[in-house]
Amino acid sequence: MDQKALIEQVAIPILQVLIAVAVVPLLILYLQLVERKVLGFMQVRLAPRRVGWHGLLQPIADAVKLMTKEDTIPAKADRFLFTLAPIVTVAPALAALAVIPIAGTPFEVLGYQVRPWISDLNIGIVYLLAISSLGIYGIILGGWSSNSKYSMLGALRSSAQMISYEVPLGFALIGVMMLAGSASTVSIVEAQRSSGWWYVLPQIVGFFCYFISAVAETNRVPFDLPEAESELVAGFHTEYSGMKFALFFLAEYTNMIVVSSIVTIAFFGGWLRPFPNVEALSWVENGWVFATPLVLGAFLGWLAGQRLGSLNPMIVGGALGALLGFGIAVADPGGIASMQVPVLSGAFWFTLKVSFFLFAYIWFRGTYPRYRYDQLMQLGWKWLIPLSVGNVIVTGLVMLLVGRP
Amino acid sequence: MFRTEEMEINMGPQHPSTHGVLRLKLQLDGEQIKEMRPVIGYLHRGVEKLSEHRTYAMIEPLTDRLDYVAAISENLGYCGAVEKLMGLQIPPRAQSIRVVLAELQRIASHLLWLGTHALDLGAMTVFFYTFREREIILDLFEAFCGARLTYNSMRIGGLLEDVPRGWFERVRHFLKIFPGRMKEYEDLLTVNRIFLGRTKGVGVLSAADAIAYGVSGPPLRASGVNYDVRKALPYSSYDQFEFDVPLGSHGDTYDRYLVRMEELRQSCRIIRQALDRMPDGEVRAKVPKYIKPPAGEVYHVVESPRGEQGFYIVSTGGEMPYRVRFRAPSFVNLQALPLMCRAGLVADVVAVIGSIDIVLGDCDR
Repeated sequence: MDQKALIEQVAIPILQVLIAVAVVPLLILYLQLVERKVLGFMQVRLAPRRVGWHGLLQPIADAVKLMTKEDTIPAKADRFLFTLAPIVTVAPALAALAVIPIAGTPFEVLGYQVRPWISDLNIGIVYLLAISSLGIYGIILGGWSSNSKYSMLGALRSSAQMISYEVPLGFALIGVMMLAGSASTVSIVEAQRSSGWWYVLPQIVGFFCYFISAVAETNRVPFDLPEAESELVAGFHTEYSGMKFALFFLAEYTNMIVVSSIVTIAFFGGWLRPFPNVEALSWVENGWVFATPLVLGAFLGWLAGQRLGSLNPMIVGGALGALLGFGIAVADPGGIASMQVPVLSGAFWFTLKVSFFLFAYIWFRGTYPRYRYDQLMQLGWKWLIPLSVGNVIVTGLVMLLVGRP
Repeated sequence: MFRTEEMEINMGPQHPSTHGVLRLKLQLDGEQIKEMRPVIGYLHRGVEKLSEHRTYAMIEPLTDRLDYVAAISENLGYCGAVEKLMGLQIPPRAQSIRVVLAELQRIASHLLWLGTHALDLGAMTVFFYTFREREIILDLFEAFCGARLTYNSMRIGGLLEDVPRGWFERVRHFLKIFPGRMKEYEDLLTVNRIFLGRTKGVGVLSAADAIAYGVSGPPLRASGVNYDVRKALPYSSYDQFEFDVPLGSHGDTYDRYLVRMEELRQSCRIIRQALDRMPDGEVRAKVPKYIKPPAGEVYHVVESPRGEQGFYIVSTGGEMPYRVRFRAPSFVNLQALPLMCRAGLVADVVAVIGSIDIVLGDCDR
C-alpha cells in the first residue's frame, strides 16, 4: 500500500472519526438550545435568554455546569456497572454515525480523496440496527446498578419498549433494502437517484412504521415512559448526576440525530435534492446561493426589528435576501450560481431534511401526552409489527409481479 | 427458577406528581398496583386549634391557608358561616361581587388543575397555556385585594371595599377571550387519542361508591350524582343565577375532565349574569366593631372548586370561637383514591390523583 492510499484509507477516516466525536456533542448542545427555543415558542414563553445574546451561550454554560457538578454514586450502588452504564449507552450511539453519508460525491483536499462518510459498509443498515440495539444494555445496567426502585422500573420499561420496537424498526427497513437491492447506506441513496423516486412514496407504510418505532426507540415523547418524570421521577437515570448524566443525555440526542439521518437516507433520498428533473429548479441545487442572502437578510431585518419591536423588518429583510439570491442564481455573475459544489449542496439538502425530522421530534414533545406502558406495548405488537411485516410481504409480491421499480 | 416478589415503593412526600406532600405506599407487582395506602398529615398546621385562640376576624387569613389554590372559596365559606351565626343580612352588591370572585376563583383553580393534570400525563404545553389565563385572573385578584394567592378578600358582613374602577371591564375582557383559549386546551386534549387512552375507563368510581365515601364536587358529579351545593343549598344569592350542573356517566378520569371543562364554561356564564345585573349600593352590612356572635353553633357549606367545603363553628358568645371544624373536600375525596386505583398501573395513579384534584393544605389543615 503506497503512502497516498494509506492516508486516504486510514488517516482520513481516523480524522473524520475524531471530528465526528468532537463536533456531534457540540451540535447536540445547540440542538438542545433549539429544542428549548422551539418549545418555548410553542408554549408562549421566552426560553433561555440570559447567558449570551438570546441565550446563545446557554448550552456552553450547561456543559460547564454538568462537567463541574459533583458526580455522586449512591452508597449501595454497584460502582463498576454504575460507571460503565453511561459509557455503554453513549458509545454505540456515536458509533452509529460511522455509516451516515452526508453527501454523495467524494472530493479532493490537497490531492487526497475525501469521502463525505466515514465508512460505506455493504451491510450499513444492518450495522445500524445492530449497534443501536446495544444501547439498551447501558440503560438496563444503569437502572439496575443504581439500586433504586424508580431506576429499576424505568430500566425495565425501557428494555421492554426497546426490544418490542426493534422488530418493526427492522422490518420497516427491509422494504427499503429490497427496493434498493442493497443494505449499504450510500447505495440506497444512489438507488433512489436512479429509480427516480424517493422510497417514501412506495414505502409510505414502512416510513410511518419506521418513524413511530424510531421515536419509541429513542425514548422520546410520546413514548418517553422510561424517564416519565411525573411517574418515575427520572426513570433509569434518577440517581445519575454530573458528567455521567450528561453522557446519557448525549446518547439520547445522538440517537435522535442518527434516527433522523436514517429516515432521510432510507426514505427521503439522503443528499438528493427534490425534483431533480425540473430544470427551472436547478438553481436550488446550490442551495447556499439562495439561502445565504435569505438567512442573512432575515437576520439583519430581525436585528433592526428588535429596536422597533416588530417582526415586519425580518420578513422584508428575508424577502429582499431571497430576491438577491434569486437574482444571483438567475444572472449567474462569474458563474457563481452554476458553480457545482456537490458536497456543499448535498450536505445542504441532507441537513435540511434531518433538521425537519429533528423539528418533528420537538413538535411531538410540545403536543402529545405520554402513552401508558400497556398501551405502548399494544401499539407495538398489535399495530406496528403486523403492519411492517405486511409491508414487507406486499413489497415482495409487487416486486415479483412488476419487477424492481 | 426465578424468584419473584412484590415491590414496595414510596411515592412521595417528595414526588413531582403527588401534588404537594401526599405520600403513597404502593405494593407493586411489576407495574400493577396490589395495594395502596395514602399517608397524609405532612402539611398539618393545626388551623382548627389555632382558630380557638383568634378573634373571628383573625381567623379569615387562616382559612386562606387551607385550600391555597382556591382561597376565596374558603373566605366565602367562613364569612358565610359567621354571618349565618350572627344573622347578618349581606347587601346584594356584596353578594354579587362575592359570586364573581368565587367563580373567578373556580376558573383559576380548575385551570391549575387542568395544567397539572395534563403535565402528569406528559402533555406539558397545556400547563403553560392554562397558566397564561390563570395569570390574568390572579392580576384581577391583585387589583381587587392586593394579593395573588392568600387573598383575605372578604370581611364578615360583606367586603372591605368596592371593586376598583374599571375592574368589571377587565373581567368582561377576560370573559371575551377565555372561550377561545379554552378551545386551545381542548384541541390538545379532548379528542387526543393518547389522552383518551390514558383517561377513559381509568380510575372508575361508581355513583354508589362515591356516595358511600362521601365524595363531593366534580368527582361526584362525574359519577352521575346531581349534587352541587350551589343548587342544593344556595348561598350568597346563587339561587338567582341560571347555570347547569354538568354530569358525567362513567365516573372515570375522562368524565371528571369533561365535567370540569364544562364547569369552566358555566362559571363564565354565572359571572356574565352577575356583571349584567350588578346591583348598586353598599358592600358591607352594619357590623359591630367587635364581632361577638351569640352562643350557639352553625354549619355552613359552600361549593369550592374541590367539592363540598363545610365550616362548623361553636360559639359561646365570646370574641373567640369555642371550636372550629372544617370539612375539607380534599380529605374526603382522597379516601376514595385506593378504591379508584385498585388493580391499576403506576401510570394510572398519577392520572387519578390529578383527576381528584386534591390540595394537601386543605386535606391536612
